[in-house]
Amino acid sequence: MQATSREILKLERVTMNFGGLTAVSDFSLDLFPGELVGLIGPNGAGKTTVFNLITGQYTPTRGRIYFEGRDITGWPPHLVTAAGIARTFQNIRLFGGLSVLENVLVAYHVRLRATFWEAMFQLPRYNREERRMRQEGMELLRRVGLERLAEAEAGSLPYGQQRQLEIARALATGPRLLLLDEPAAGMNPEETRRLMDFIQHIRREFNLTILLIEHDMQLVMGICERIRVLDYGVSIAEGPPEAIQKDPRVIAAYLGEAEEEDVVG
Amino acid sequence: MSQRTRQILTSGVLLAWALFLWWAERNLDAYYVRVLNTAAIYVVAAVSYTLINGIAGQFSLGPNGFMALGGYVVALLILPLAQKEMGWILEPLAWPFNTFSLPPHLFPLAVLAGGIVAVAGGFVVGFPSLRLRGDYLAIATFGFGEIIFVLANNLIGLTNGAMGIKGIPNYATLWWTWGWAIFTIWVVRNLAQSSFGRAMKAIREDEVAAAAMGINVFRLKLLALVVSAFFGGVAGGLLAALISTVSPTIFTFTMTFNLLVIIVLGGLGSTTGAAVTAVLFTVLQELLRIVETPIRIGPLQLPGVSGMRMVIFSVLLVALMLFYRRGLFGRSEFSWEWVLGKFRQRGMASASDQSGNLEA
Ligand SMILES: Nc1ncnc2c1ncn2[C@@H]1O[C@H](COP(=O)(O)OP(=O)(O)O)[C@@H](O)[C@H]1O
Ligand SMILES: [Mg+2]
Repeated sequence: MQATSREILKLERVTMNFGGLTAVSDFSLDLFPGELVGLIGPNGAGKTTVFNLITGQYTPTRGRIYFEGRDITGWPPHLVTAAGIARTFQNIRLFGGLSVLENVLVAYHVRLRATFWEAMFQLPRYNREERRMRQEGMELLRRVGLERLAEAEAGSLPYGQQRQLEIARALATGPRLLLLDEPAAGMNPEETRRLMDFIQHIRREFNLTILLIEHDMQLVMGICERIRVLDYGVSIAEGPPEAIQKDPRVIAAYLGEAEEEDVVG
Repeated sequence: MSQRTRQILTSGVLLAWALFLWWAERNLDAYYVRVLNTAAIYVVAAVSYTLINGIAGQFSLGPNGFMALGGYVVALLILPLAQKEMGWILEPLAWPFNTFSLPPHLFPLAVLAGGIVAVAGGFVVGFPSLRLRGDYLAIATFGFGEIIFVLANNLIGLTNGAMGIKGIPNYATLWWTWGWAIFTIWVVRNLAQSSFGRAMKAIREDEVAAAAMGINVFRLKLLALVVSAFFGGVAGGLLAALISTVSPTIFTFTMTFNLLVIIVLGGLGSTTGAAVTAVLFTVLQELLRIVETPIRIGPLQLPGVSGMRMVIFSVLLVALMLFYRRGLFGRSEFSWEWVLGKFRQRGMASASDQSGNLEA
């Protein structure tokens, strides 16, 4: 079937098997430009795997993935990023030993036109580009409120700012679609509220479509227009937050998890 | 500090070093000149080695293989025709090397050729192994070194087998070796501090995240390996023209081990750290020759133990890893700001000493 160009992202009956385990099963999803959609579900439901499939970490066992009408199934991660999809990771993955600014600058490398010869011999074109990248990097840090920390080592930042930097770094790749994997994990309610404001803010400022994974249902209710629920790799519900909150299947999935946790301890 | 001040300071140091070399060439005896030459060659090899191991964080054990390639190429290109006729006893030297010998002024070309052949070696070993994540590069480069060793022993028509090639002209003057050393530091440092170096460091820190930033991980790893291989080949070529002989035993794994000690001691990931440690290492290795020769202390006759130096270096390495993880320079580069900062600190410390203010 031909994907229409209306959707920015289209997953068509995507399945991912790990050996005998089906992490994602027959999963379809349409995202439209400018949307902020939540992907929720209990732990181990397959949410992160969906991200890994979209960004090319894994190649789906079955199914196709289209981005802006182009079939990107099986593309390696760096090409998916270059195509306009950026992501953050559930467990923060900054370049800990590099500075905050350098973390952002890494994302500009793909746009560099000077060759490595020009970098090696510090030729004018390279130096010009390097200066421009630094300016642009500082400008981006200013827009997300991290400019004071530009020279700080990324690994030494407090947790909340590391999360913020990871988002800033993703923005530096110039994405049209941003995938956020549990950005509020480990945050207190106040930090979470500020993060959600921040996400709303960058969504407008950078004209983004956002797909947001969240384990905790309450968190996404406030900001997502539409929520999709996964359980055991299967899509069990989709709709506006209010409907999802009342959906018996969703309640059951989360109840099941609560019971499991009770049993475990 | 302004760019201009830094440039003046650096030019000053380079000029002083050039004057020293000029003086050394005329006044030092052959032994010391050779130590200076060796130090420069170690600088070339170590600085380039830290690019792949320290900057890009990919564990390569390749330098001895790359150096061997460079060494043999230079030997075959500059060996005088007379030597080429007499040296190969079991089998004559293969065409086309038996037909020409590059004159002294084309020595740089020979060294360049050595580097380029090493680059080809870098592609051969890097192409299959760098696509995979994990320590495949270490295994592949180690195997590569061993293969070169076997080839050097058996491709008699090229390498003269275990007997090696002797009588290579000593074109490696202080000017060539130190010229290459300084060029290597400059180029590798530029690369390490450029956008390419940042991408390599990103790969070192987190390969998955680097790819998610759009970095073509494979390409950049290969770039680091290949640039590193080039200068490895150059170092090998210079070495051949310094010690005037190449044979399979010169480029064994010990060479790589020495370089590994140097770059770890220098602070894995610091090009200037690697350069400074390379010089220290060469000097120390000469000083420690004492432990490998028999010595008399009063009535005590101590036998020299050959290989003892390696033991000492290994102990040093382990001690450093235990007590001083980050090495001499950590991941920092030499900078004038840092030097001046040290001087200021010392000035302040002595000022406070004078005021009778003693602190622990
Ligand atoms: N690389 C992998 N190999 C094997 N199993 C995996 C892999 N990645 C994820 N899984 C499994 O897939 C299921 C879904 O995982 P994940 O997508 O991380 O869940 P979520 O993000 O919703 O918590 C889990 O059972 C997990 O153990
Ligand atoms: Mg997850």
